[in-house]
This record gives sequence, C-alpha cells and structure tokens, in this order.
Amino acid sequence: MTLIFGIPIQALLGQLLVGLINGSFYAMLSLGLAVIFGLLRIINFAHGALYMLGAFIGYLLLVHLGIGYWPALVLVPLIVGLFGIVVERLALSRLYRLDPLYGLLFTFGLALVIEGVFRYYYGVSGNPYAVPALLAGGTNLGFMFLPNYRGWVVVASLIVCIGTWLLIEKTRLGSYLRAATENPELVQAFGVNVPLLLTLTYGLGAALAGLAGILAAPVYQVSPLMGSDLIIVVFAVVVVGGMGSILGAIVTGYMLGLAEGLTKVFYPEASNLVVFVIMAVVLLLRPAGLFGRDA
Amino acid sequence: MSEATLHQERAAAAIRLERALVALGIVALIAAPFVVYPIFVMKMLCFALFACAFNLLLGYTGLLSFGHAAFFGGAAYFCAYAVKAWGWPPEAGILLGTAGAACMGLVMGFLAIRRQGIYFSMITLALAQMFYFFCVQAPFTEGEDGIQGVARGHLFGVIDLGVTMNMYFFVLAVFLVGVFAIWRIVNSPFGMILRSIRENENRAISLGYSVGRYKLAAFVMSAALAGFAGATKAIVFQFATLTDVTWQMSGEVILMTLLGGIGTMVGPAVGAGLVVGLENTLATSGFPVTIATGLIFMVCVLVFRRGIVGEIYARWLARAE
Repeated sequence: MTLIFGIPIQALLGQLLVGLINGSFYAMLSLGLAVIFGLLRIINFAHGALYMLGAFIGYLLLVHLGIGYWPALVLVPLIVGLFGIVVERLALSRLYRLDPLYGLLFTFGLALVIEGVFRYYYGVSGNPYAVPALLAGGTNLGFMFLPNYRGWVVVASLIVCIGTWLLIEKTRLGSYLRAATENPELVQAFGVNVPLLLTLTYGLGAALAGLAGILAAPVYQVSPLMGSDLIIVVFAVVVVGGMGSILGAIVTGYMLGLAEGLTKVFYPEASNLVVFVIMAVVLLLRPAGLFGRDA
Repeated sequence: MSEATLHQERAAAAIRLERALVALGIVALIAAPFVVYPIFVMKMLCFALFACAFNLLLGYTGLLSFGHAAFFGGAAYFCAYAVKAWGWPPEAGILLGTAGAACMGLVMGFLAIRRQGIYFSMITLALAQMFYFFCVQAPFTEGEDGIQGVARGHLFGVIDLGVTMNMYFFVLAVFLVGVFAIWRIVNSPFGMILRSIRENENRAISLGYSVGRYKLAAFVMSAALAGFAGATKAIVFQFATLTDVTWQMSGEVILMTLLGGIGTMVGPAVGAGLVVGLENTLATSGFPVTIATGLIFMVCVLVFRRGIVGEIYARWLARAE
C-alpha cells in the first residue's frame, strides 16, 4: 500500500474527497451570501435555513407526492426562490434604509422560525434520502473508489458556481446587478428597476441555497439542524474570502473544504476548528480577506 | 424655548424617569424572592446582567457581537471547574470566571475589531463557535454532561450559599454591582468617547482618538461583565453545560437587548426578564421556544426597533415637551 507522510493514500484521498464535497457546499452557500450581500448589503443569516428548507422540500416532495430527485432539482430552487422573493417583498425591503445589522437580526429570527417549525413537526433526527438510481453505485478510479453521487455533487456544484459567475460577469442582467452594487441611485436614474433587481437577487440567492440543499439531501441526512451549524462555518469562509468578489467566495469555499479534509487525516481532533483557525490567521495577516477589496 | 434649554429639559426628564424606574426596580427585586420562586428570579438577574453587559457593546459602542455566549458560558465553565476540581470558594471561582472571560474577550476582540460592521458580527460568531467546538472536545468540560454538582459553598467562608435567601441576595448584589459598573463606564468620559465612535467612527478617528483601543477596551469590559454573570449563574444552578456556549445563547442575549431597548440602561434587564419569563411559560405549554423567539426577533426588527424601554422613553420625552 502506498504511503504519503505515513498515511495510506486511500485514506488521504478519501478524506480529500469528503473535503471537496464539503467545500462544494461551502462554495455554493458563500456564493449565495456574497451575491445577496453585494446588492442588498444584508448578511443573510437565513441562508442555512433556506438550504435546510431545500433539502426538506425535496424530501417531502418524494415522500408525499412521489416526485423524484431529478424533477426536484428544478422544483426545489424555484420554490425556495419564490419563498425568498416573498420574504424580500414583505420584510427585507423595509430594512434597506436602516443599519445593515437589522437585516442580520431579521434573517436570524427568520432562520429560528424556519428551523423551529421543522423541528416541531419532524424532530431532530435525520431522514435518509436515497441516491437517485442513475447515480447509485460507484466507479473504481484505479487509485480510489468514487461513489458516483459524490462525483456528481462536485461536478454539479462547479456548474452552479461557474454558471452564477457567468450570469453576473457576462450577461446584461449581471451588468445591471454589478452596476447597482456600485451605485444604486445612478442605475435607477438610467431607468433600471432597482427594487425589482433587489427582489430577484434575494430570490436568486435563496434559490442557490435551496439547490445546495437538494444536492446535499442524499449526502447528509435531511434534518432540521443541517443548516444552522453549516452557516456559521460558511460565515467564516466568507470572512476569509472577503465578499468583494464572487470568484473569491467560490475558490475560498473549495479551499477551506479541502483544508478541513486534510486536517481530518492528520489531526482529526481539530477538524471542526481548522476553518476558524484559518479565519483568525487570515484576519491577522490580511484583515480584508484573501480576495477582499474593502477594509 | 430655545433649542439648548429644550435639550436640557429632555435630558432632565429622561434622568428623572430613569431614577424612578431604578428605585422602583430595586424595591421590587428586594421583595421579589418573598413572592416569586427565588431560583427563577436569580436566573432572571443573571441573564439581566448578561444583557446589560452585552448592551455596553451594542448600545453604547455600536458593535454587534454575535459571540457573547462564549464569555457567559466560558466563565461558567471556569468557575464551575475551579470550585469543583480545585475546591475554590465561590467568590474566587466567580473572579476566575470573570478574569477568564476578560482574557477571552481580549483575544476575540483583538481579532474581531480588525473588521467593521457586519464582518465584526460574523467574526465574533465564528470565534464563539470555535470555542463551542473546543468545549465539546476538551476533557475539563465533561462533554455533553457538563460540569455537574458544583457546591455552592460558603461566601467568604462565612455565609452559607446553600441557603436560598443568602444565595438570592448575593446574586442581587452581583447584579447591582455589575449594573452600577456599566452605568459608571457609560457615563464616564470614556463612555462618551465610546458613544462618539458609535455615532461616527470616522469623526472620532479624525478627532485623534485611537478608536481601535477604545473598541477593544469596551469589548473586554463587556466580556468580563458577561463572564461575571455567567460565573454567578454556574454557582446558582451548580452546573455549567454546553447550552450556555451555543450560538443560540448569543442570539438570545441579542433578543433580550433588542426587546428591552438597545442603548438604554434598564432596557436589556427588562428584556431579559421578559425572555426568561416567556421561556419558562412556553416550557410547559409545548409551543417551541425557537419559533417564539424567532417571531419576536422579526417583529422587533420590523416595527419595534426602539424596544419596550426605548419606546417608553420616547413617549415620556414627547410628553415632557
């Protein structure tokens, strides 16, 4: 058996894969946070709850309506996105003129309510969500065994991240979005409907979280608590990456996932802590974050 | 009436109201244990001091820490461990807890003040979560069970804290000392500088204040006082568990402050009393506490940002004109 630093290569690659999977979710969620923050100046604390909502809606669609994974992959982001649009219209739109802290507090309350409702009806235990038949089983890559679904998650998250990046950097809608981030009044003066843009942005961010949720459903157990612990790690990711750039959020997400995976191999006790330690070091050396522009 | 005298009138009216409320509050607290279950009032007092300490940072310096549970729960662990494992007397345990929380505040504050606004909140949250994971794994916290069976012991070797009324009046003294300290800090020249940072950080910088140091000092004081409350709570309930270091606890103290009134002296204490009372009521009703707290959060942020005491002040001042 091949050894690297005294560790069997299979174990190392296995943990790196786990890290890559976690990193995929960090990347998708921090991407959504960055998109929302860029335009709305709100830190969406409910992002973890929306991710959980996505996974749960997927689960409920399957259990109650018999709608499987592939249709859910389209339906869930739409439902969660619509939910986001309603929340933005009813509540968040009233908070833009206030200190951004109120947005954080409101979404924190929203996260508590969403989580509380699901805990009340479904308890805290996890519900398994079967891997779709098409992606069941695994592939032997020669040096390691890759479960197909996990490979799909990595590919899908890359598609989602690159797609969102292209949407924002290369399309007309994206250019409006970026312009409104720089100077909303000016963009409005040019006849762009900025309030609508804000609503759609929050909807898009929510949909991204929902999509991450349904992708996560077969990997992790579907449980009401799956979002809240994740979101704090994602916050640390966002602090490390800085929210100035979309690409920064994506790259940092994958990097920290891998760092976590590596820590699991070499020093498992610290695997929960490593992201936060990296955050502290980055704050000491580069307070604006690795890709950040603002101080 | 000129602008200046109007302003003075308002300030005088606010002070009169504040004094009346404080006097009323102290009388009520002295009478409380004879009417209400004392342990319940002690819990309220510990959380009230915690919320007031938190408000020193949010209300008077304008920094929203999302990690204050680390100080509250951390101090509870330090105190419980010193009392149980080393056989320290309660007052020494509480001092150790307070000092420990202050040290943690120094480290966390030093890192967090490197970023502003919303980032500050996220950093404090992340660091507190790191401390939570540390507590889950570190052997001295006894994991999921927590440190249980902490003896209340004898205060200064004389007063038996096992007697409920002794315990109660000790907690009341801790609360009053803590709140008095906060009141002194807020109304000192130092407190004025903190407020100027809250109002306009850039202007405070241009006036020549090294804002970072003031923020850090406020952070450490707030952490120490939160620890003071947490350590006392560990003596009252004779245990320290993971509950007090979770992010939900950090959220709870924010809710108490928001509900009572950010930046008012007595608001957070009122908010703490209400939240603890509400949780007590809900605990028996079967309605989930998280849904209730979440809803209160949303309603407060949308329509009730001044909080209860802030709203009373505003009405009172409007009448005083």
